[in-house]
Amino acid sequence: MILTLHDYWSEHGCLILQPYDMEMGAGTFHTATTLRALGPKPWNAAFVQPCRRPTDGRYGENPNRLQHYYQYQVILKPSPANLQELYLGSLAAIGIDMLKHDIRFVEDDWESPTLGAWGLGWEVWCDGMEVTQFTYFQQMGGFDMKPVAGELTYGLERLAMYIQDKDSVYDLAFNDAGVTYGDVFLENEQEMSKWNFEIADTDSLFDQFRKHVAECENSLAAKLPIPAYEQAIKASHIFNLLQARGVISVAERQAYMGRVRDLAKGACAAWMDKHGWAA
Amino acid sequence: MTDFLLELRSEEIPARMQARAREDLSKLFTAELAKAGIATSDIVTYATPRRLTLIARDLPLETAAVSEETKGPKTSAPPQALEGFLRKTGLTREQLIDRNGTLFAVTEKPGRATAAVLADAIPAIVRAFPWPKSMRWGDASASTESLRWVRPLQGIIALLGEEIVPFAIAGIASGAATLGHRFHHPYQITIGGAHDYVEKLRACHVIVDHDERATLIRDHAREAAAQAGLELIEDEGLVAENAGLTEWPIPLLGQFDPAFLDVPPEVIQLTARVNQKYFVCRGADGKLANAFVCTANIAAHDGGAKIVEGNRKVLAARLSDAKFFYDTDLKVPLEEQAEKLSKIVFHEKLGTVADKVDRVAKLARWLVEEGIILPGTGRGTSEAGGGGAPRSATPAENPLHPQPTADGPPPLAGEELADLAERAARLAKADLVTGMVGEFPELQGLMGGYYAAAQGEHPSVATAIRDHYKPVGQGDDVPTDPVTVAVSLADKLDSLFSFFAVGEKPTGSKDPFALRRAVLSVIALVIENDLRLPLNSAFAFGNSLVGRTLASMSISTYPLALRSFEDEYFEALDAGQPFERMPDLTYFSSYHDRQFDPAISAVIDQFRSALASPKVEASGLLDFFADRLKVQQREAGVRHDLIDAVFALGGEDDLVRLLARVHALQAFVTTEDGANLLAGYKRAANILKKEAPSAPIPEREGPGVGSPRGNAAPASDRPTPNPSLPGRGEEESLSYTPEPAETALMTALDSAEPRATAAITREDFAAAMAALASLRAPIDAFFDSVIVNDPDPAKRSARLALLERVRAAVHNVADFSRIEG
Repeated sequence: MILTLHDYWSEHGCLILQPYDMEMGAGTFHTATTLRALGPKPWNAAFVQPCRRPTDGRYGENPNRLQHYYQYQVILKPSPANLQELYLGSLAAIGIDMLKHDIRFVEDDWESPTLGAWGLGWEVWCDGMEVTQFTYFQQMGGFDMKPVAGELTYGLERLAMYIQDKDSVYDLAFNDAGVTYGDVFLENEQEMSKWNFEIADTDSLFDQFRKHVAECENSLAAKLPIPAYEQAIKASHIFNLLQARGVISVAERQAYMGRVRDLAKGACAAWMDKHGWAA
Repeated sequence: MTDFLLELRSEEIPARMQARAREDLSKLFTAELAKAGIATSDIVTYATPRRLTLIARDLPLETAAVSEETKGPKTSAPPQALEGFLRKTGLTREQLIDRNGTLFAVTEKPGRATAAVLADAIPAIVRAFPWPKSMRWGDASASTESLRWVRPLQGIIALLGEEIVPFAIAGIASGAATLGHRFHHPYQITIGGAHDYVEKLRACHVIVDHDERATLIRDHAREAAAQAGLELIEDEGLVAENAGLTEWPIPLLGQFDPAFLDVPPEVIQLTARVNQKYFVCRGADGKLANAFVCTANIAAHDGGAKIVEGNRKVLAARLSDAKFFYDTDLKVPLEEQAEKLSKIVFHEKLGTVADKVDRVAKLARWLVEEGIILPGTGRGTSEAGGGGAPRSATPAENPLHPQPTADGPPPLAGEELADLAERAARLAKADLVTGMVGEFPELQGLMGGYYAAAQGEHPSVATAIRDHYKPVGQGDDVPTDPVTVAVSLADKLDSLFSFFAVGEKPTGSKDPFALRRAVLSVIALVIENDLRLPLNSAFAFGNSLVGRTLASMSISTYPLALRSFEDEYFEALDAGQPFERMPDLTYFSSYHDRQFDPAISAVIDQFRSALASPKVEASGLLDFFADRLKVQQREAGVRHDLIDAVFALGGEDDLVRLLARVHALQAFVTTEDGANLLAGYKRAANILKKEAPSAPIPEREGPGVGSPRGNAAPASDRPTPNPSLPGRGEEESLSYTPEPAETALMTALDSAEPRATAAITREDFAAAMAALASLRAPIDAFFDSVIVNDPDPAKRSARLALLERVRAAVHNVADFSRIEG
């Protein structure tokens, strides 16, 4: 399926990239999306990104919620006029019959408070299941998009469940020799859920958060947007872990998110600045 | 005459925006055409997820010719004026018309082709369209000035009759072509005009009319349920939303694993509705059935089997999530959950949610112990009670959830009620840290109620936890179970006291903590349950609790060893003694001085002052109540000036009594006696103001008319007469012979004053008004025959004193100067 998508989007002019080697909550955090979406230069890329969402862990007990899963991400700047048709073409390519399955574009405005970014678009439903997030970015890192980029984020596990007609992600066939997704990832989900929710040392996490914030500021002072951005991503992930541990109150939550947002915005501003692009 | 068809085709428009967009399109179109002099009468608009359509029937082919007249100079005006006018109009002298010595320029504006008007109007409408959220897209978005639309605009049909009205918006040229259904007919269709638009699209699997789609969904969803022997739980919101998500709606019934029915029905319904936009069904037994109805947008080749199967899986995953939360939550007792509240900040200046819970619990107990909430509270009081609107007997907003029966458990003893109220309050917020409420915040309260019932709490405690947020907004059910009333009232009062105490008052349109709503809820609770709530004492008690939180917060910044004194301090406070044992700190400091830096004494001083000053002011809270009360009572037809008139007396902090007084007053001032007494009062007040400008006009800080617990106002609370005027009691020793009207008024006052006072004491405000009414004739007679401003200073001052007495007597009931008219 990944290969089919790679072929499809490569044919439609996308660079095929590799995952970013850091923990992140979504493919959107990949520099190929966040930083490259900024500025006037055209940019078309597709890649797989493993995502970690500690609060989504269900100890391996939920058929389609995972704290670690894979996204397929496509970013197209400027957004092509036929983006919806291109997207539907990719669904057809991976074997979805759209006269048998109910495909719907349901309003879902996207906002990433930690990236200072928002966009309008939809969650795409296939028979009631959200399989893709479809977004026209309007702002990133607090900057207006000039021009607007279109972002497609496929939930690979969910799509595979459709194609293989499985009720649970853990029953997905990983190969033709009987290895399932569960064989590969179930223990991981169980252990990581326990760690995320119950075990992770919160004092250490708070400490790490502070250190990443400091390192980000250090990198910004040295006018190095990419290292600064990496530290912002790390801080963001630590914040997600703290959330999963339930030690951040509602009031504090805003403050922490604001902190991460400032870092991400700082990195984006440094990136714009370095390339001489005006806001 | 001809018809105009406009279709603005875009990528999927959010369902919730479509109805408003139709209205806006119709309004803007009418306005733009009116500007050009075209009246429109027959406009129809349609919306689907992918198109916004307008059909205007019977438009003229061109606008009428208009003759415009511009007035120019008089014929007698100097030539420069004429020259200027000719330049302006571009005419010659010969073309001007002379009418009675004044020149007029008449320009005939020929009619404009309607097509040309439309070609200008439509782009203007599109550019100005007020979408709640709009976006930029594509190549053009390199500039932030590019066209904004709700989602990318893809095509435009503009046909006047059968002719294309040519224009272009952001590179999209108008034409006659559109697309059919996204999957059934993804090809171009050419539309002939307004006459064939709807039917041509129907042939391509698009039902253009939203109402038709809604009807179809409603009927077919019902049918699908009925065929399975079930009853659809109607939900018009869902009908509209699904109509906004489909161009070819096909409702399909599916079933889910009955094991999920262990989860509370509200949770299932909410999950299905909010996340998936499914209807749910009821079985023959009236309970939620394990079935759902989803609305597909295609007539699938396999009859929808795959679609139902797919949706079933999604719902199963959602419900599995809900069940996971529910089962996990059930394993943890609410007391244990409540402990986690000490880690959640309620407000940075007000400590944690646990602090709030502690205050609410104490306040709830206090409300019961003070007899404000009694075991019989809320039971059948609304008929006898203080003027609340009658409520429907069945407040069940969710037919699935068994509401407590009207009789409920047997009445509680006072002490038991206090215990239950405190218990309920201590557990009321515990569900905030449960997984289920984390996932569905709108289930707060409800889930706590379920968990409380599951762990065997008293039914009233479970109900109180469930309903303590109520009433939320006007029209919501007002709780009547005494335990619920206690917790709900304490929760809202505490929010008001505490936010006011730290200066977080609503300003203008900003009310981040929903304090206005909290006041309205307090008012509703008090009135509906006929509670005699002395706001001032509640405020004093609540404020002492807030003070404690604030002191604790400040103490928590001190070294641990010092903090142990906190409990002792509060014990002393509870016992009503000042905390004088602090000198022990000398011992403390000598004992610990090796651990503390030399500045220990300074720390101790600060600590001492932090403990000593937990007092907080929450000024303006009564005014805030008065403002909200006026808003709330306006709907019930109560005049705001009358509420002002009663509030202006000050001292009244019991809303039930206050409203009784206002109601009596409103009844009185509309009678002839009332109107005349008001006129007489105003005349007296004006004379007093003019003749004795230094006389105090009683303001709100003036006299009290009723102490909080309903005792009569002592006579000394009456307005203090101006010292320059002879006081009461000096009339008997008048130095002159009073005129008959003067005597009559004195006699009337002598009789009316005690009657009014006595009536007020027993809260019979109608009788108090009647007593005042007896003054009306003597006052009228007095003004008819007595001159106040007599040259004899003795007469003058005696008569002014008499008027002062009239005013004071009237002020027993209300400050009539605040009454309008």
